[in-house]
Amino acid sequence: MTDTSTFLINDCALISIATGQKAMTLAELRNNLTLVSLDSIYHHFWGGLLVPRFEEREFNNDFAGWVRHSLRDPVLAERLAAIDPSASDSLEDLRHELLDLIEERLDENENAEWTRGYRQFEFLRSQLVVFDSNRRMEKPEDLAVQIPLLSTSSIFYHFIDARRRLDQGGDDFSLWLTGLGDEHQGLCAQLGAIDPYFSSLSQLRTELTVLFQGYFGGGLS
Amino acid sequence: MTSLLESYAAITGNDVIDQLRQLAKPLLNMKVVHVNSTKVGGGVAEILEKLVPLTNELGIETKWEVISGEAGFYECTKSMHNALQGDKEHISPQLLTLYEETNLANAEKLRSVLDEADFVFIHDPQPAALINHYPNRRGKWIWRCHIDASHPYRPVWKYLQKTVGCYDASIFSLPAFAQPLQHPQYIIPPSIDPLSDKNIDLPPEEASRVYNEFNLDPDRHLIVQVSRYDRFKDPVGVIRAYQQAKKFVPELQLVLAGGTATDDPEGAMVLREVREAAGDDPDIHVLLLPPDAHRTINALQRAADIVLQKSTKEGFGLTVTEAMWKSKPVIGGDTGGIRLQVVNYHTGFLVHTPEGAALRIRYLLHQQEMLTQIGAKAKSYVRENFLITRHLREYLTLMMGLQYESQYRIKLG
Repeated sequence: MTDTSTFLINDCALISIATGQKAMTLAELRNNLTLVSLDSIYHHFWGGLLVPRFEEREFNNDFAGWVRHSLRDPVLAERLAAIDPSASDSLEDLRHELLDLIEERLDENENAEWTRGYRQFEFLRSQLVVFDSNRRMEKPEDLAVQIPLLSTSSIFYHFIDARRRLDQGGDDFSLWLTGLGDEHQGLCAQLGAIDPYFSSLSQLRTELTVLFQGYFGGGLS
Repeated sequence: MTSLLESYAAITGNDVIDQLRQLAKPLLNMKVVHVNSTKVGGGVAEILEKLVPLTNELGIETKWEVISGEAGFYECTKSMHNALQGDKEHISPQLLTLYEETNLANAEKLRSVLDEADFVFIHDPQPAALINHYPNRRGKWIWRCHIDASHPYRPVWKYLQKTVGCYDASIFSLPAFAQPLQHPQYIIPPSIDPLSDKNIDLPPEEASRVYNEFNLDPDRHLIVQVSRYDRFKDPVGVIRAYQQAKKFVPELQLVLAGGTATDDPEGAMVLREVREAAGDDPDIHVLLLPPDAHRTINALQRAADIVLQKSTKEGFGLTVTEAMWKSKPVIGGDTGGIRLQVVNYHTGFLVHTPEGAALRIRYLLHQQEMLTQIGAKAKSYVRENFLITRHLREYLTLMMGLQYESQYRIKLG
């Protein structure tokens, strides 16, 4: 966004980068988790939304998926999957939450220390290149028209990446609406209630479209 | 006249092309050079054939240079290729000297072009040592590895690592292929060009011409594997799978269609082994096609009921992508990039043995409705993830990312 009156719609492209750190056992996963950058933790929770994927995600973070399918430990997989990254105050907290659960599992199951995975876990990080989409919204009602036209990567930037980018968290649409006054606080509350963790980006776009069109009325320009 | 970008917009949608134009804006005055070792044959040449003009059309001056060498050089680089894929290849000091001399000679030949480039993409091991002759280079040099280097033969990797480590970044097709290196290792899967002769829709009469040309019966089931005659592609394993499936599906026909790239001296030997394994079965068609037989390959893939890619090692497996784009289920080896594309019961089946492949052949031919559904899903998956426009977007993203190496978020404009 440039100023509070006009919403500048950005788009983004994400590229994955191997960190070189790999794990074949739970102990290696734990050790590497203490070493990798916060960018890598973020990537394995949220980056999956922007990379090729065929099926619905069974687990919403890569750690849980690997523990289930490669280490074949459904107990720990469920615990890891239950971590909600939106609820953590910081990525460092998220790292500690992961480490706590892994340590707990290593303590309660002696096999967990040495069981080798079917495939190794590769720690990745990513870079996000953000660019102007050449689209603008001049008034809140434009949300109802523009959102269904946005690319999924644009949705990622304004609704997912914003949580990490903005000091107060939240999303870019709420920030813009709040900057325009108190009129749309109800809408902001509804935006805040959307849980992006269980949706694909196209599902998220649909949820936002339904919300904005319901609030402003569909087809407004 | 329709521009290349407009032609792609018809397939991918305008938004995808708009994204490319936006990403290209900050790179408009830059010069890019790609270097590989063959102009025809193999996946690398096929990608560059379209990636280079597309990048040019976006306004980024892009060139494609090809290095050359004598037979011993290609023998050496073929061994390096196999060693990166895990073969225990001993490469003699004489061949390594020839490798270095060939790179030196090519470095001199390309000096004016590479000196002024902002980004140099060096593809695979053949031209990798060029960098040793550019100690004062000004551009960013990126080594693009198209090979499954997940478990390289260490002595050969140790030799190559000294050179590869000099690059500003490398690119691997999958995270599993990345190696301990000090520079950023970007992950970019390759792609296919939907408008190339190999993938474009064919007129029905052209598509059906292959039946006559290769003595195939259009009324009987056909399975096809398209790949170079290379042991890692396991063509003999495909014949074994066909032989086992044929006991239950007597009308089955098999086409193995391959060629030899100019940088692959091992092909003729493998082709002999394949012919021997095929014996005198008239329903096994072992074809040696010229490197420009793209439309023939296209027609063969379209004629198939099922496409196989039973590799035991695979960089990515673009023949899998091509088959999926033609709405064919793929039975592929559970290795490398095939895993990224073939999802059991959704786009095909991953297998480990000729027995596994035979079972899936029988299953799909028995479940015709499933075969059609899988084919449709396969095409849609490729459209979303593995077309050249996505590939180009990631190259542009990398070029931006490399200028701000340590940053997570890079804002243009």
